Formats: sequence, C-alpha cells, structure tokens
Amino acid sequence: MSAEPLLRIDGLYKSFGALAASNDVCIDIAPGEIHAVIGPNGAGKTTLVAQICGQLQPDAGTVHFDGRDITLLQQDKRPALGLVRSFQITSIFPDFTALENVAMAVQLNAGHSFHFFADAGRDTSLNEPAMGYLKTVGLQASAGTPAFALAHGQQRQLELAMALALKPKMLVLDEPMAGMGPDETAHVISLLNELKGSVTMLLVEHDMDAVFALADRISVLVYGKIIATGLPEEIRNNAAVREAYLGSEDDADA
Amino acid sequence: MVNKRNLVFVTAAVLAAILVPQVLTMLGEEYLIGTASRIAIYGLAAMSLNLILGYGGMVSFGHAAYFGVGAYVVGILSFHVFDGSSIMGFQGTDAAVLSWLLAIVISALVAFVLGALSLRTSGVYFIMITLAFAQMLYFLFVSMERYGGDDGVIMYNGRNSLPMVDLSDDTSFYYVCLTFLLAFLLLFVLLVRSRFGKVLQACRQNETRMRALGCNVRRYKLAAFVIAGAVAGLAGALNANHAEYVSPDYLHWTKSGDLMIMVILGGIGTIIGPVIGAAAFLLLEDFLPLLFDATGFPTFKEHWRIVFGPLLILVVLFARGGLVGTFSAMRGDHER
Ligand SMILES: Nc1ncnc2c1ncn2[C@@H]1O[C@H](COP(=O)(O)OP(=O)(O)O)[C@@H](O)[C@H]1O
Ligand SMILES: [Mg+2]
Repeated sequence: MSAEPLLRIDGLYKSFGALAASNDVCIDIAPGEIHAVIGPNGAGKTTLVAQICGQLQPDAGTVHFDGRDITLLQQDKRPALGLVRSFQITSIFPDFTALENVAMAVQLNAGHSFHFFADAGRDTSLNEPAMGYLKTVGLQASAGTPAFALAHGQQRQLELAMALALKPKMLVLDEPMAGMGPDETAHVISLLNELKGSVTMLLVEHDMDAVFALADRISVLVYGKIIATGLPEEIRNNAAVREAYLGSEDDADA
Repeated sequence: MVNKRNLVFVTAAVLAAILVPQVLTMLGEEYLIGTASRIAIYGLAAMSLNLILGYGGMVSFGHAAYFGVGAYVVGILSFHVFDGSSIMGFQGTDAAVLSWLLAIVISALVAFVLGALSLRTSGVYFIMITLAFAQMLYFLFVSMERYGGDDGVIMYNGRNSLPMVDLSDDTSFYYVCLTFLLAFLLLFVLLVRSRFGKVLQACRQNETRMRALGCNVRRYKLAAFVIAGAVAGLAGALNANHAEYVSPDYLHWTKSGDLMIMVILGGIGTIIGPVIGAAAFLLLEDFLPLLFDATGFPTFKEHWRIVFGPLLILVVLFARGGLVGTFSAMRGDHER
C-alpha cells in the first residue's frame, strides 16, 4: 500500500448529545481497494458514510479525497469529484420508472440541467446508458415499472444502478445487499467483483459471506471506535473482534 | 402522452375556447365574456403556481405577491400617464407591450430575491416565510398613499394599448388572454418533459437523493420559482387590464389561498388541472350565489362560501387527483 490513499479519513469525531457515533475514526483506502466496514447495529457505520459524503459535518477530523480536503465540501459537489454513495434505506424517485430513475443520474452526470425544451424522456443519450446500468444490475426487465412498485430487492438494485450511473471513482456503499434475496445478493457480489480494481469501494455490509468474498481489508467499528483494521484473515482471527462482534454470531450459532 | 385520443380532445377544447365569445353572444350573455377572460387569466396564474407546487413540491403560500406586483406595474405606469407625472425620472406608459414586459421582468426579479431567501428553508418554514414576504408586500402597497393606499389605483385611461388590437373590446381582450394561456400551456408541456422539468419533479420526490446524485437542488428550485413568478406577474398585468383597476387585494394572502385552491381543485401536478380548477372556482364563485337565490335559499346567497368550503373539502378528500384526476379515472386512463 505505498500508493497515496484515494480516501483518507483522519481523526473523525461526531457526537449526538452524549453519544459518540464516530470516535477518532481513521481509515485509509488505497486506489482500487475494497475496504469493508463491519460492526454491530448502532456502531456508527451510517453516520460515518454520511460524513464521508457530506450529508453530516464531523465535529472534528478531516476527510481527504484524491489528495483534496473535502471535509467541508457541500455534498452535492462530491459526485463530480467521483465520490458517490448509496443509501442503506432505499432512496429513489418513487413516481419515476426504474429507467427514469437511472436516466436522472445519467442526466446529472452529464452536466447542468438548464435545458427547457427538448423531451428528456426520449433522449437516447440518457436512456441508452441508463438501460445499460439497469442491465448491469440485472433490472432491465423492469425498466418501465414505476419505482414504488418494484420489489424491495429490486429497489436495492436500482439504488446501486443510480450510483453506478455517476461513473464513480469511489463508491461508498451502505449495506447494498440488505433486503436482497440470495440470488440478487449473489448477482451483486459478482457485480462488485467485476468492478473491483477499477472502482475503489468502502463497503458497509452485514452479510459476512459478502464481506469476506469481496474485501481486501476490513475495519471493525464498535461504539464509534475502530477496534481493528486488517486483512480478512487477521480480522477473522482477531480475539477482540471475535468477542465484540463475530463472537456474538458464534454464540447464536451454537 | 400525445396519443390520438388526447389530440382529438385537445383540438376540441381549443376550438371550444376559441368559440366562447360567439356562443355567449348568440345566447345573449355577452357579459360572461369577461368571466371567460378571468378564467384564462387565473388559469395562467394557477398554472404558474402548479409549476412550483405540483411539480417542484414547493408549497409557496405567497404566490399572489407576484400576481399583484405585475398588476401594480401596469397600474402605476398607467397612473403616471394619466397624472402626467414621472416615476424615478421615467414617464408612465399605456403601451401594453412595454408595461407587460416590465410587469414580467419586475415580478421575476421580486421572485428571484424572495425565492433566494425563502429557499434557504423548507417544509413549514418555507410556507410561513413565503406567506410573510407576500404579506409584507401587501402592506407595502397599502402604505403607498400616492397609489391609492387601501383603495388601489383606478386606470382612468382604461386598458393598455396594443397595436392593431383594441383591448377595450371584451372579445379581443379575451383572445389576447387566451393566446397567452395557450402559449403557456404549450411551453408548460415542453417544460415538464425537459431535463429541467425532470429535475424539478425529482426534487419533489426525493431531495436528499438529488443532492447525493450531485444536484444543486436550490439552483433549480429557484429557477422554477422565478419562472412561476414571471408568469404570475403576466397574469396580474392582464388582470389589471381586465378590471382597469389594481388594489392591494391582488396580493392578499386569501388570493394566494384562492390560487392554491384552484390548483388542488383542478388537479395538482397535472398540466391542465389548474385551468379547470380556475374555471370551476370562478364559475362557482359567480353562480353559487345566484343559484341559491333562484332555488329559494336566499340566506345562502350572502354566505355561499359556507357551501363552497365543504365542497372543496369533499374534492380534496374523495377526488384526490382533483377534477382532472376524477375525469381521467372515469375514462380509464392510468397516467397523469
Ligand atoms: N441524527 C441522529 N441523531 C441522534 N442520534 C443519531 C442520529 N443518527 C444516528 N444516531 C445514533 O448514532 C448511533 C449510530 O447510528 P448509525 O450510524 O446509524 O449506526 P449503524 O449504521 O452502524 O447501524 C446510533 O446509536 C444512532 O441511534
Ligand atoms: Mg446503518
């Protein structure tokens, strides 16, 4: 890991009242790396994602992306740098069709939208790429379905397609597989595997199979603190991690 | 959306609108041509509100401000012609082209300033601040003694002058209003389908997502706010001409409420809904009192709003898409 990290999170601190949701969080992610962040519910994973992407401002600490300090950069300016997120709680345009949802992302990636007269719904420069991203996530058959009418798992796929349509350098994915069936999960794992190397990722995920299948490195977040960062094997065998997190699963299995 | 059935429907509606003065004259009810003009004018104003309310999800409770500013521009310019005085070093004018253009530009500017400030807030705060700004303007005009204060400005010179068209003729004036309405309808169809229109509709559905997709939400909302303000200003200028009179009532919050009712009654977020709503609202306003008088409920004549209010509530509760939504549901349409 000699290369300059693409994302550098340094000393991030964020509290909600007395609760420290991020407590001195430091993570470096190298270009091309898939870095998983795992941790129990309420550990502060979504809060971390929100600060990386500008939805929340940290109380202290810095976020650098591509060598630039973006700690205070407005969130809507970040996708243009190549920093793109997905949401844990599906966030789509319910009245638009699946295709229109992705076409909106393509449109926003293509520059400003002060075009007042041409019919955007028939714009092949929007619809063709949008259809491509729907195919990528396996949703092409539902292109014309209003997003609110999609099954939950399909909405998750749509969420991902919209993120991809911004042509990210780095994807920050907040539990992308949550709520997906096994087939869809397998599809997304293989999709993220294909993107591996070309797109850097911070992957928050509960599905341990997915995490160990994809991640180059893993950070474990518990009560807002990173208690361990390392290769998947190191994390699997880390005593503190087993106790704080994986251990509870072993207990449940036993 | 433009299928054959719609095309036939639109053509028939446009033809019917064009024939309104002839039909009314034949029926000996010429005085209703004025009502038809008002429907076109308020249809325009309600459509402009629908752009931000129905498509952009901005609940502006002060839209009458732009209607009133446009009207006052026309009224004040006309006043100075009659008065022979100048305003900020300029002469007044009676010319329709110039004063209507100024009405559009000035109401757009006011919308830009007030929109830029209001759009820093959202939700209930946005409703309150747009209402507050509109009421501020209302009291500003009330306090302008020169322009009649409470009583407003009477345009003693009559309607503006337009080359080759006699605006004082009610039929000609109706056609001018109708032309503006049809032009804006066409523009509106293009607008809501364009990239800009899509952004606006996406912002209404999920603003957080738009930001995460890299959209500077406020910029687009402000642009829509300014367009809506400009068109409302034009409607106000037309209404000043129709009535040959302008008063602070044009900007009163109840006027903003009326516009909002027209939008909801006709069908919020639909293209033609606000025009239908304006027609229904103005016709009910004109005819409910007469109807009560004729059917032997004279007590209701004065208090027709007692019936009108519950009627509106029924529409909101049971005809969720407004009149347009109910109509297309009966036709078996499944799109808005
Ligand atoms: N906006 C907020 N206000 C107050 N507390 C919050 C807020 N957002 C999150 N929290 C709290 O911060 C902690 C971390 O939440 P979150 O980041 O969503 O955890 P995770 O995504 O790891 O499940 C939780 O205890 C949660 O209740
Ligand atoms: Mg979470």
